[in-house]
Amino acid sequence: MRYSLALKIGSVVFRVGSAWRAPIDALGALYTGYPAAADGICDFTVRLEPEKPWRRWLRPSLSIQGDYILPDAAPMALAHGLLAAEMGMNLQMALGQKNWLLLHAASVEKDGRALILTGESGAGKSTLAALLGERGWRLMGDEFALLDPESGALHPFPRAISLKNGAIRVMEGEAAPDRFGPRLDGTPKGAIRHLRPNADALARMEEPAAPALILFPRFGEAAAARAVGQAETFMRLTQASTNYVALGRPGFDALTRLVATPAAAIDYPDTAAAIELVETLWSEAA
Amino acid sequence: MAALRYIADAEDDVRAVALDGLTLLYHAPSGTTHIVASPAPEILAALSEKPADIAELLARLATHFDFEDDAAAEAIGARLVELEAAGLVRRA
Repeated sequence: MRYSLALKIGSVVFRVGSAWRAPIDALGALYTGYPAAADGICDFTVRLEPEKPWRRWLRPSLSIQGDYILPDAAPMALAHGLLAAEMGMNLQMALGQKNWLLLHAASVEKDGRALILTGESGAGKSTLAALLGERGWRLMGDEFALLDPESGALHPFPRAISLKNGAIRVMEGEAAPDRFGPRLDGTPKGAIRHLRPNADALARMEEPAAPALILFPRFGEAAAARAVGQAETFMRLTQASTNYVALGRPGFDALTRLVATPAAAIDYPDTAAAIELVETLWSEAA
Repeated sequence: MAALRYIADAEDDVRAVALDGLTLLYHAPSGTTHIVASPAPEILAALSEKPADIAELLARLATHFDFEDDAAAEAIGARLVELEAAGLVRRA
């Protein structure tokens, strides 16, 4: 590829290549302060290529390629190249990761113990994790939590946090302007702005934590919490895992072990109520 | 007509974990996970590598359950149909 960048996020190294300079420059700026990746060794490759050869110049439109691809992924506008690179990295992880049980979940850590937040898209896990990450917790990741099938420990994957729509303004009030990427309007997911995790999250990006509490947040209802049983937690987590089936027996054993962790479903009307619920449940689980 | 006979895989091939009164099963030959309730785990254990028709199965299950009437055979037959559809038991 004409332009490329190696990125180390947690213990995973990506090489992102692009036919254009802009997405690589944007990615490099957003990932300032991440540790350098060892030369030549990468786990996954992401390529941003013109949808058709002539499309590199005329109304550029890019397609995401890599070791693992979805055949029908729609081409994206070059202006959203940063989002395409991020989606490409997510896709490689979701389809290709074999070392860990991958949970589509946000996670934060305190005192060596991890809080896992998982739920459907729009449940607010990214926003909650981002907020907690600025309020005394260490952000481990907003999108993927990596469960080690051998040890049962949770490993960080602190990529740039993908803030959507209303969450953008919430976090603009919390973090310094130089930690934000450009605002991307009109993407398939609405407005998106990326936020680089803080220095503590980056410095400790390879430090695992023991799962201590699992929460299933849901935005839009009056504040409430209910305990979730182990069988329901198991079922929800198999749905939240992108590689549970591929891992086979080790995945089953890892997940049955994880569901011994206390779990609760929480409803929240606003972020302040959510933070309060999280802190209360955390102190009860401690 | 001879009664249908069923068999289940070896217990080593079906990892079972009990949670909240339900049982999670990992069926290694198919790589599938199942969440089942009693009496499914007991039926699978009773049929593990040992084929049986419904009458024999009821006799084996009598150590776990207290069957009172003929409805038991019908209920166990219905569970066998479900377990066969799930790929956890097959015709012997």
